[in-house]
Amino acid sequence: MPTKRLARTISRYLLLVVIAAIVVFPLYVLFSGSLMTLKEISSIPPQLIPLHPVWKSYSEAFNTGNLGQYLAVSLGQSALITIGQVVTSISAAFAFAYIAFPFKRILFALMLATSMIPFEVTVIANLQTVHSLHVDETMQGLVIPFLATGFGIFLMRQAFMQIPKEMHEAAIIDGYGPWKYLWRVAVPLARPSVAALAVFGFLGAWNQYLWPLLETGNNTSIQTIQMGIRQVGGTISTANLTLAAGVIATAPLLVLLVFFQKHLIRSLTAGAVK
Amino acid sequence: MSARASLVPGGSVFRRRRDGWLGLALVLPALIIFAGFTYYPFFKNFQMGLFKAAPFPNLPSRYVGTAQFTTMLGSADFLDSVKSTVIYALITVPLGVIGGLVMAVLAHQKLRGIRIFRTIFSSSVVSSAAVAAVVFQVILSPQTGYLQALGIHLPDITSSPTWGLPAMALVSAWQFVGLAFIILTAGLQSLPDEIMEASRVDGATAWTRLWRITFPLLSPTIFFCGVVGVIFSLQSFGQIDIMIGTSGATYTHTNVLIYAIYRLLHVSQNTGLAACYSIALFVITLLVTLIQFRLLEKRVHYAH
Repeated sequence: MPTKRLARTISRYLLLVVIAAIVVFPLYVLFSGSLMTLKEISSIPPQLIPLHPVWKSYSEAFNTGNLGQYLAVSLGQSALITIGQVVTSISAAFAFAYIAFPFKRILFALMLATSMIPFEVTVIANLQTVHSLHVDETMQGLVIPFLATGFGIFLMRQAFMQIPKEMHEAAIIDGYGPWKYLWRVAVPLARPSVAALAVFGFLGAWNQYLWPLLETGNNTSIQTIQMGIRQVGGTISTANLTLAAGVIATAPLLVLLVFFQKHLIRSLTAGAVK
Repeated sequence: MSARASLVPGGSVFRRRRDGWLGLALVLPALIIFAGFTYYPFFKNFQMGLFKAAPFPNLPSRYVGTAQFTTMLGSADFLDSVKSTVIYALITVPLGVIGGLVMAVLAHQKLRGIRIFRTIFSSSVVSSAAVAAVVFQVILSPQTGYLQALGIHLPDITSSPTWGLPAMALVSAWQFVGLAFIILTAGLQSLPDEIMEASRVDGATAWTRLWRITFPLLSPTIFFCGVVGVIFSLQSFGQIDIMIGTSGATYTHTNVLIYAIYRLLHVSQNTGLAACYSIALFVITLLVTLIQFRLLEKRVHYAH
């Protein structure tokens, strides 16, 4: 009996390991390839382990590939979008959850309905808009269209509404106005959702592709890291450089995944389970 | 629950007149962004679609009414593009959902170290389109040995009419499988323990339990995951742009709607037709969402 159970446990782990290996393989190639020379990357049969790891690709990507600048732009763009989304979502969601004001229902419906319109469908006129606002090929143009999300408002409103009634009853007895209640009670209690929204917003902003491509035009000084990868990508002859750039572009998000897994999962699954 | 009941519309906590002004002021920032960068450009498509670009750049476009839209609906280019989009989704979504489901079921076991596997299974969610593109470029390239080691000999996918589209869809499927795993795991964890326990007591085998109990109970989440997958696949652009676009190869076989919009806008500068394509992309997104929600209401077992 115990040997049978042991065999079953081993086979379970084996299955898990095999599937994990398949799923993680592309990321493995990303990391291992970034430590190989071009010749090693294109060796047949493939060299799976970088036996003599070289860090040259990284210094080259930073020096000739201008990776530092792309990275700085991405950090700025993603941070601004994240902060903007958190602020506008908290502010609007608080109003929808706690305050009676005119046109509340219709405004709430209009804001939720924005998640039915994919951003891709709005790029054409948005390009004209940033152009007429004279913010095309600028950081403002990268950031402004994304400063509010229907998803964020929905998520924060849910969080605010789960705060027990006793909390606001007590707050009102203590003479709290809406402003004080927002900062002293609602936001501190909704902190996990704020974190979930921030992680989600950062991930989405960091990985944006179509808008930075169209909006930054020829101004390389405000191109994001994804655009940096695009510049050197597209050919196998620079694979070591693109893989190193890819590692730099992925590392911050892997850190997010490992340390904020709970929050990331919370935001990704909002609405998935009734 | 009681907190929610007291706060349904009309149950607002702050309801003095000046609170009303505060409420409006608090929604205003989001409202301005949505009005300017979601609703305005969305409706603007319908107006732009009425104008046909001149055959040469820098000439004024011409008002043609709905003619441009109806011509598009019958054009070979558009139908090809829709076909590519459908094939793309038909590869990406099942691969992602089934892969995610297998991983979610496997990771739902009580085993030591299972959390490490959960992190690995969800890891592809952090990969951007650009990163996925350059990695798969290396893996799928005939100049590297990865596929050949598996005994697969493919021509250069960036110039292959047969393999270009499935290869792009595979890249999207990998990107999507992490998200699918996360969604389905959340669904599995929310299933009522009592039913699972009861079936175990009844002596049902693990396999029977999976097919007769777990999957039916999980079906709302599986459908939801499918909708998310279709929307994800409709927006897949970066890998096509990098792997096909910059290679200078013909793009006709990977001309999914989003890529067609980009080409019309960026290469042909045909804003009017690009707007018509955008409307089509929106309608498809909307239909998928509505159809799946319809199915969800009708067929699917509810857990509670």
